[in-house]
Amino acid sequence: MVKRVKFSEISPSEFFYRNRDLAGFTNPSRSLYSAVREFVENSLDACDEAGILPEIRVELSYLEEGRYDPQPYRLVVEDNGMGIDPRHLPDAFGRVFFGSKFVLKQARGMFGMGGTMAILYSQITTNRPAKVSSSVDGVKRYSFKLLIDIYENRPIIIERRVEPAERRGTRIEVSLYGDYTRAEPKITEYIRQTSLITPYATLHFKDPKGRELHFERVTVVMPKPPSPTKPHPHGIDVEALRRMIRLSKERTLLKFMSSNFHRVGEKTASAFLEFAGFDKERDPKTLDNEELVRFVEALRSYNGFLKPDSSCLSPVGEEILRAGIMKSLEPEFLEVVSRPPSAYSGYPFIIEAGLAYNCKGIEGLKLYRYANRVPLLYDEYSDVVSKVVNDELDLRRYGVKPNTSLAIITHICSTKVPYKTVGKEFVADRPEIERELKNALRELLRRLRRYLGRKRSYEMVRRRMNIYGKYLPLLARFSKELSGMKRMPRYRSLLKEGELVEERHG
Amino acid sequence: MRRGTAKRRKEEVEASLRKLGLEVYRKLDSGDFPEVRIPSRSVRNIVYDKRLRQYVLGKAFVRRYAGNIKHIRSLTQLVWLAFFVDKLLKDGKTSTLRDVYYSAQAYNMEFKDQAESNNIITDLEALLTKAREDFNIYPEERSSIFGDLTIEYTIPGYEGKRINLSSHPDGYMIGPSLSSAEFVETSAEMVLAVEKGGMFTRFVEERVHERFKALIVDLAGQAPRATRYLLRRLNRELGLPIYILTDGDPWGEHIAAVILFGSANAAHLRELTVPDGKWIGVWASDIVKYKLPSDPLSDVDVKRIHELLRDPRYKEGIWQRELKNFLKIRRKSELEAFSKYGLTHIVDRYLPEKLELVKGL
Repeated sequence: MVKRVKFSEISPSEFFYRNRDLAGFTNPSRSLYSAVREFVENSLDACDEAGILPEIRVELSYLEEGRYDPQPYRLVVEDNGMGIDPRHLPDAFGRVFFGSKFVLKQARGMFGMGGTMAILYSQITTNRPAKVSSSVDGVKRYSFKLLIDIYENRPIIIERRVEPAERRGTRIEVSLYGDYTRAEPKITEYIRQTSLITPYATLHFKDPKGRELHFERVTVVMPKPPSPTKPHPHGIDVEALRRMIRLSKERTLLKFMSSNFHRVGEKTASAFLEFAGFDKERDPKTLDNEELVRFVEALRSYNGFLKPDSSCLSPVGEEILRAGIMKSLEPEFLEVVSRPPSAYSGYPFIIEAGLAYNCKGIEGLKLYRYANRVPLLYDEYSDVVSKVVNDELDLRRYGVKPNTSLAIITHICSTKVPYKTVGKEFVADRPEIERELKNALRELLRRLRRYLGRKRSYEMVRRRMNIYGKYLPLLARFSKELSGMKRMPRYRSLLKEGELVEERHG
Repeated sequence: MRRGTAKRRKEEVEASLRKLGLEVYRKLDSGDFPEVRIPSRSVRNIVYDKRLRQYVLGKAFVRRYAGNIKHIRSLTQLVWLAFFVDKLLKDGKTSTLRDVYYSAQAYNMEFKDQAESNNIITDLEALLTKAREDFNIYPEERSSIFGDLTIEYTIPGYEGKRINLSSHPDGYMIGPSLSSAEFVETSAEMVLAVEKGGMFTRFVEERVHERFKALIVDLAGQAPRATRYLLRRLNRELGLPIYILTDGDPWGEHIAAVILFGSANAAHLRELTVPDGKWIGVWASDIVKYKLPSDPLSDVDVKRIHELLRDPRYKEGIWQRELKNFLKIRRKSELEAFSKYGLTHIVDRYLPEKLELVKGL
């Protein structure tokens, strides 16, 4: 007897509502942190894409006075970005999987889902509408009060207003349940670390206790914005291929291949089709399931494709990274490196890293992990960077003594960062990424070793001078007395020899 | 009787010190970093010399080179010590290990601890192959001597003054003034060195010095170097045979062996040994023969016996035989054990018998 199973479709909103733990909305403390993070990242993306120097205000306040955590908070995030067209504004925040980010290019958020999740979370904890407003021209500002219809995955607009705008940009205000007492260290650390990787941004944070953090921009140089790219054949799965075929107007496999894939022209396409054993003239829409699977397998195993290029990536760049670390950590010694682009499973990535020695306020080793300019604060020990630093590198070999004040800053930028979980807090240990990280950090550590070596030899010369300055005169005096000679021996030239050594090193 | 040994020795030391000073001075004066080569005292460089029948240092040297930043401090300390010792000898003053450690501070020199200063003193000993007593640096522990021996002091204030070492029944402390004194005359025909003060007093009371024509020495346990040096002088200068009487255990046997053959710790020194001396007991076989009250050997005693069995000084003769006897009977006896048969038993019966016995050895 076969049991009849009833299938019912659920909307993306409902799916995420049921699985909000995955997106980082586990408990009041973590949720407050996640909400701040999601909105700040949206705002920074909105500025970066338009080439606007970001200025972002974050304000957290108690919804009611005199309560204890966990309690409801009001969170306001305001930016000076390019703004959102009023026609898309409610959908941008009130519908899951609506957004401008569903293409292959590097951005902080992937699908524009986090902001909506935060609104969803605020709605289910306080049942208050979110207030979103935006101005694209700095003249008119459109404001909406909205709730999300979880079952239908669409916004319910409660109020819509148009006001004169003071400036361009987007503002969002939500009321949500949180625990600031617990979240405070993570939230302030998040803002601090964000300012390190985006030194061209000005960040203001005002917390519920009235304390304020201000991070002024230290450079007006912005990273080169990325350009969107087509997917690389190595990174395609059956579902993606099916979708591409459905959307494509091309009638032959040759045309389909050469117009839909990254760095694939007609020559590469026909060579591949020959390798895979598919007819160039075949209509892609006629491929059956089995053939699709075979096609994807061939895509993955074919070695003739060009490596993905990095035009879709936007590394921070050595200059900006240096400025950010200098300002945040005030190290005695700093080196940064931006590795050449590389790729894993068809996704291009670039590793950037910094090594700061003897930093203000840091004792021992501290890791600053970033992925697509987002600081990663949780689950440090599961991250590939931890693995490389703790297991693969022997810091002592580079002359680094235990408990040395040392900050390692790593930034992985990619069209797809291989997070281990949906919560986007730690990066999986792909061998290609691990190798690049290792190369970057080794390079930096070698430079640190050279610096420490020079410093040590300089200190040794100084110590030598002190020691000889003290003992040679004593040696001269005692030997004179002991031998019964009348005058002091002429030992001064030996002291000068010490000075010569110092000049050579200094 | 030979005279002037102590004085000659002092002059030798002073000459070596001046030579060291001149070498360092000349190097410095010609713009070179001075260096000193000291026989290495590392365990690997300590070898047993069968001919001398003592431990000596091998051929390895350590170099103290002023041009090496790690050496300049200890080299300066060494030269300072030489200078300080030279002053002590010239002024006729004596000092102790602790004194030296503090005296350094008066010269803007410092030792980080007593061990560092002691180590430099041993360096100077090794460099000049002279014991620190020759530098007028004396240890705190002292043993004593009693018997008919007239000495003449050489220390300032007492020069030329003579004294007979039988004038005071508690004995004379073997300190700096006695060590540096010249021997004038004696009627003694042997030296009896005993491990313990109690037995020393009994021997004086029983007039052993008269009955056996002996000088009696209290070793006070493991003999200080000044005492070992004095025993050697009594043997060499006065031709007196040396007899050593210790507890009947491996530790007692070792006290005797160190006096005869020297210690590994003093392998850098010569002229501290009395290879012709005799250990007259208490042997393991005496415990059985004289039916002495005894205690069982402890684990530590047994372990010590096994260590000594591997030592080249114990490879032959009674040394080897008695160690094995201790292992066999697994018992030990103290000198006082003889009191079971009356307080004078050891003097009346044991001593004459043993002295007779070892003469034939």
